[in-house]
Amino acid sequence: MKAEARIGLILLLTPLLLWLSLLIVIPHIDMFLVSLRERVGVGEYRISPANYLTFLTEPLYLRTFARTAIMAMLATLITLLIAFPVSYYIAKMARGRTRSALFLLCLVPFWVSELVRTFGWMILLRETGLISTLLQWAGLADQPVEMLYNDAAIMVGLVYTSMLFMVVPLVTTLESLPDEVIEAGYDLGGTNVSVMREIVIPHATPGIVSGCIVVFMLSLGNYLTPTMLGGKDSLWFTELIYSQFIVRFNWELGAAFGFLLLLLSSLIVWGMLRLTGHTLERTMG
Amino acid sequence: MIPTIPQPRLLTAAYTAYVVTFFVFLALPLVVVAVFAFNDSQFPSLPWEGFTWGWFFGEERPVIGVFHERPILRAIGTSAFVAVCVSILSVGVGLSNAFLFNRYRFPGQGILYVFMLLPLVIPGIVLGISILVFSSRIANGAWDIAEWDIEALRPGLTLVILGQFSFIATISTLVIAARLQKFDRSLEEAALNLGASRLTAVRTVTLPYLAPAMIGAFVVAFLMSFENFNTTLMLVGSDAPLTIAMFDRLKEGSTPLLNAVSLLLMLGSSLLALVMIAFQRRG
Repeated sequence: MKAEARIGLILLLTPLLLWLSLLIVIPHIDMFLVSLRERVGVGEYRISPANYLTFLTEPLYLRTFARTAIMAMLATLITLLIAFPVSYYIAKMARGRTRSALFLLCLVPFWVSELVRTFGWMILLRETGLISTLLQWAGLADQPVEMLYNDAAIMVGLVYTSMLFMVVPLVTTLESLPDEVIEAGYDLGGTNVSVMREIVIPHATPGIVSGCIVVFMLSLGNYLTPTMLGGKDSLWFTELIYSQFIVRFNWELGAAFGFLLLLLSSLIVWGMLRLTGHTLERTMG
Repeated sequence: MIPTIPQPRLLTAAYTAYVVTFFVFLALPLVVVAVFAFNDSQFPSLPWEGFTWGWFFGEERPVIGVFHERPILRAIGTSAFVAVCVSILSVGVGLSNAFLFNRYRFPGQGILYVFMLLPLVIPGIVLGISILVFSSRIANGAWDIAEWDIEALRPGLTLVILGQFSFIATISTLVIAARLQKFDRSLEEAALNLGASRLTAVRTVTLPYLAPAMIGAFVVAFLMSFENFNTTLMLVGSDAPLTIAMFDRLKEGSTPLLNAVSLLLMLGSSLLALVMIAFQRRG
């Protein structure tokens, strides 16, 4: 029996270890090693921090990195602010069938490819698009308005794309808060604001944290939305990675960029978990 | 705020209005994409030139419909092939992982569990480039040592499948493990008492119980793979899956053909989602 259990353990452990080592751990170590390489001749390399120095000394790279980080944080915050009242409505105000219908309605857009969603916003926002035409028709604008190709358009796209990943964890945690607890808050003389601040939000914190982590990560790593909705000046860090890898074929610098993006996202995720005292297992699993 | 505690009328009305606005915001881009698939014009924008089925069934230039556009059809086929491979791999590995974390206790299990979750917090584009870098190193190594050209390790469908699998496996593991957690182990013990071997007990009792979760994981994996963009973009070779093919066209300027493809995608994925919900209900 003991031997059988051991064989079973080894058999089940093999796929997991193969997957994690060959597709996750070793490739990332390798990417880090490549990022530490500097080309000195044809096929000749030496170890040096040159790629990271390039990143630090080139204002365009540094600025794009900071811009991407800040805009991803802003997108996360906006998504949270928009999603919280809606999630609360679904979890606590709606009842029975309405609740499941509304929840399902939230999920539907995300069964569709991100490309299609972005395409939808392009049709809405472009110069010949729906909103521009509507504004002219209403007399609010006397010529076509271009709303595409700027940072605001990127923000709309990012918030829209990540909405689901905020709504689902929020609804799940809010549903687990018994109605009686909220009623008790009011009975004890609480106002809308104080009940929200002292009962609902503390209870929803795990959902807020996991939603924010996922949304931040998705926004930071997004390529499609900034490329399609952003303009010439609104570079996103992932676009730099892509251009180093595919267009310029400078894999060393591209790998350094990739590692920096990974570092930034890990730092923020770790910081958020640390700040709220949660662990990755509880938040994601 | 809770329905059992009365609130000022104006406040509830404003709240409801906000929620309605939110759902309009959610639906708007998709509705627009769907509606312009039927616009009889070269551009998916106003003015409205009249209703047409041309972008689905049109056979002649300039209006070639989806069903006669070879490259798009081929891309759909490629995507479906990749998605099926990724789903089979993910459900297989997910099932094995679920049993491993549910049935066994071994040193290092906690750490391994955290590692298993990591692919969810790695940006997709980074996953893509790390796999690209590593596989090229192996391929170059094999060529330098033995002049052996491993086609599968160059950008192409094999790498796309591996790249998507690398994070979708986590999701299928979580889905299957969640159901295995709820399984009543005394059912399995009953089978053992009745003379079944351990494998027979798992095959005839546990696996049928897990079936809804496995189907659910399969559908989720299929959809995620079909939609995936970031990881695929870095690993794609000459056979482009649908999202990449559409992206390339969108960069050149769009015709309502793309709207028609999108509408078909929406219908397809809603259908799959409904199938999954139906299975989940029965389970």
